[in-house]
Amino acid sequence: MNWPAVLTLAAGTYLLRLTGLVLRDRVTVPARVERYLDLGATALLVALVATAALTDGDGFAGWARPAGVAVGALLAWRRLPFVLVVVLAAATTGALRYLGVP
Amino acid sequence: MRSLYRTIDRSDLRDATALAAAVGVVGASYGALAAAADVSPAIAIGMSVLVLAGSSQFLVVAVVAAGGSPVAAVLGGLLLNARHLPFGLAMSGVVADRWPGRLLGAHILIDEVVAFARARGSGQRARAAYWTCGVLLATFWLLGTVVGLLAGSAVPDPSVFGLDAAFPAALLALVLPGLKRADARRVGLTAAVVALAATPFLPPGLPVLVGLLGLLAAGRDTTAEVPR
Repeated sequence: MNWPAVLTLAAGTYLLRLTGLVLRDRVTVPARVERYLDLGATALLVALVATAALTDGDGFAGWARPAGVAVGALLAWRRLPFVLVVVLAAATTGALRYLGVP
Repeated sequence: MRSLYRTIDRSDLRDATALAAAVGVVGASYGALAAAADVSPAIAIGMSVLVLAGSSQFLVVAVVAAGGSPVAAVLGGLLLNARHLPFGLAMSGVVADRWPGRLLGAHILIDEVVAFARARGSGQRARAAYWTCGVLLATFWLLGTVVGLLAGSAVPDPSVFGLDAAFPAALLALVLPGLKRADARRVGLTAAVVALAATPFLPPGLPVLVGLLGLLAAGRDTTAEVPR
């Protein structure tokens, strides 16, 4: 990896981030489109959760990780504090791995 | 800006700090992996400051470690970060109203920060949450990177602590309240199914993007309905 590559990646990533922020302001969006933009963020975030919870590379992540995320989901649904959700999700997965679950 | 500090909710600060601490640990593993892949410390730190997008930085290190070219690393990283554009479209009103704030705020448009702020609506509290969470995450990511570079192979694999489950769980906890809306639930579920189905066939980054197809399940606007 060299500096030109790092700077290209940095500039490209920054422009992707900024473009969204600025475009929205430049164009007047009807309420209908606004709803889709908002739902679009939901779609991306849930897709991120699903792929991060269940996949590693192009395959299955193993059982320990989804189990931890499931525990986190249950706790979040029961409205436990966010910090607990995160810590107990990780602890579940860590404990399962310690016990030999992949 | 100064007024932001006064509007930070105490529990928001606590939650953002917890998230940032986890980010710091992952940053340490990034630093350690970079060191192992013979990525120079300056480049590794430079990426943590200038790119500030964890998954793409891990990808770059993986490509370099596998002997891939910098061009492949950059293209892969950009593909992975393409989702930030639609995130920006959705977050514009929360990040800032004017130019300096937008130019600065764009840099901390990170998945977790987006979810964290969105869980707090779209008003003053969401904006304070966005900036607090963003600045904390960026700081801990950098600190973690430096620690990882220094400690090298002494940094244990974060999967031992189950940290790879912490992030999807955190994101899920943050999006869950929004899924009370029936249309958001339909969109989210479809997005998850599509992204998972696409994962074996597409390069990293694209499956999440095709999750946008979940919008096809949006249906009619039912926001007027009473959420269950």
